[in-house]
Amino acid sequence: MKNYYQKEIETASREEILKIQNEKIVKQVKYVYDNVPYYRNLMDKKGVKPEDVQSVDDIKKLPFLTKDDLREAYPYGLLGTDLKNCVRIQSTSGTTGKRVVAFYTQKDIDMWEECCARAIVAAGGTNEDVVQVCYGYGLFTGGPGLNGGSHKVGCLTLPMSSGNTDRQIQFMMDLNSTILCCTPSYAAFIGESLAEKGYRPEDNKLKAGIFGAEPWTEEMRQGIEKSLGIKAYDIYGLTETSGPGVSFECEEQTGMHINEDHFYAEIIDPKTGEVLPDGEKGELVFTSLDKEGFPLLRYRTKDICVLSRKPCSCGRTHVKMTKPMGRSDDMMIIRGVNVFPSQIEAVLLKEGYTPNYQIVVDRVNNTDTFDVYVEFSPEQFSDKISDIQAREKSLNGAMRSMLGIGPKIHLVAPKSITRSEGKAVRVIDKRKLHD
Amino acid sequence: MAITQLSVFLENVPGTLCKAVSAISGAGINIRALSVADTRDFGIMRLIVPDVEAAKEVLSDYTAAETKVIAVKMEDRTGALKEILQVLEKAGINIEYVYAFAAAVPNSAYVVLRVDDVEAAEAVLSQNNVPTLSDEDIAILLP
Repeated sequence: MKNYYQKEIETASREEILKIQNEKIVKQVKYVYDNVPYYRNLMDKKGVKPEDVQSVDDIKKLPFLTKDDLREAYPYGLLGTDLKNCVRIQSTSGTTGKRVVAFYTQKDIDMWEECCARAIVAAGGTNEDVVQVCYGYGLFTGGPGLNGGSHKVGCLTLPMSSGNTDRQIQFMMDLNSTILCCTPSYAAFIGESLAEKGYRPEDNKLKAGIFGAEPWTEEMRQGIEKSLGIKAYDIYGLTETSGPGVSFECEEQTGMHINEDHFYAEIIDPKTGEVLPDGEKGELVFTSLDKEGFPLLRYRTKDICVLSRKPCSCGRTHVKMTKPMGRSDDMMIIRGVNVFPSQIEAVLLKEGYTPNYQIVVDRVNNTDTFDVYVEFSPEQFSDKISDIQAREKSLNGAMRSMLGIGPKIHLVAPKSITRSEGKAVRVIDKRKLHD
Repeated sequence: MAITQLSVFLENVPGTLCKAVSAISGAGINIRALSVADTRDFGIMRLIVPDVEAAKEVLSDYTAAETKVIAVKMEDRTGALKEILQVLEKAGINIEYVYAFAAAVPNSAYVVLRVDDVEAAEAVLSQNNVPTLSDEDIAILLP
């Protein structure tokens, strides 16, 4: 027995989906042109008028939006409606200290939560389930998104937020959680912690997990499924478009269905911007079809993936995307947090250090390690260990407030960071994130 | 009198200390006193040498800094260090770190003290007749 949250739309024929998309895109483009001066300027510069877009095929005529645009337009430049019509702000960390802030009307929130509800139902969720959400709550979209989706399905929701693993386990065991929502690395960590406490996989009541916000491999999926005794589902999203639930996995576990009635996906060549056919690898670009607070047309995600419209055994007809296979920029996702080397550099310069640094990321026992080696200048050297350690601690604090995640800082001697062809290697990512 | 100590930043990997010490001995410099403080990642080698400038030159590839420290000469007997530390404690002088070194002067021992207030420490030690060494003393001590 197959379950859907919104069966009619989730299993609609391709023709029906296209019809809905075509109707929505005409309205959305006009809405953006009329309400978002920033994007209207981009369209005017490109010589595109709203009436030039009559179907999703015409989307390719529209200009792209990038994270740089979001930064430039910060905070209100891409707002689609009066603030009095908005009910929520969510945010993600951005480069050079400026965050991306997204605005939501109640309708936007409902749409977002419905997308998450579809993901929960696709993972087998019903109103008899207990959903333990241990994504962070707050500005981060993970917690609020899955929390809202869980309410929509009618599940009993445990808004745990992240961290405090002992408490997570206690609630999971005492209150019989059946669906776990968190980052895959945290799921793996919970699995290990359960084993350490002497629990076998069959001792918990979990049946499924919805894991996202960071890259993970098939191998990691198998490890999590085994250690928790569950089926593990991937979920994808980004604050710019709404949050988690832009796409989600079904029981076939061969890619994530994009909620195409709300988001139109394109794959482009990241160098030329040219649209690529289905099946080709390129950068994923999203166009919102019915957003009010923060409508984005042709937003470049920088995630590299492949789209597939092959029929799916789950009955859902929406296009599937692979897990992101990499990035077209230098962004790293560390413990679910977006980190750009430029952010590290900005903190170092602000704190009076040279921009000679090296970021080393690894995954040890399924948890990301994040180390930053920083060259100090001879003037910053002290013969007291406590002085050097205090500098490391203060730099860790400065990074944490910028990134939301604190790396282990290692101060090293000037010129000691390996340089290849005169240029220091900025990032060493030892994780195997892509199959 | 305060003396000049050379502090050198070392990576905590096998062979680093040997390499640094070899550079010093290669230049014919005899190390009078040495202490290494270490953490998991790095160490700080603190050196008392007769010719700081010459040592700095051979260690030019390293991050090094000069620090004023106090070298106290004291009797080689039980309780001698305690008496000196009491003098500093009474004066409210905080000691950052201490290390001792031996010299071939019978019945004598030497202690290097890094304190928060070098001038105050010098004054109070001198008032209490505790002998301290100068850079010149270091240069001629055990040539």
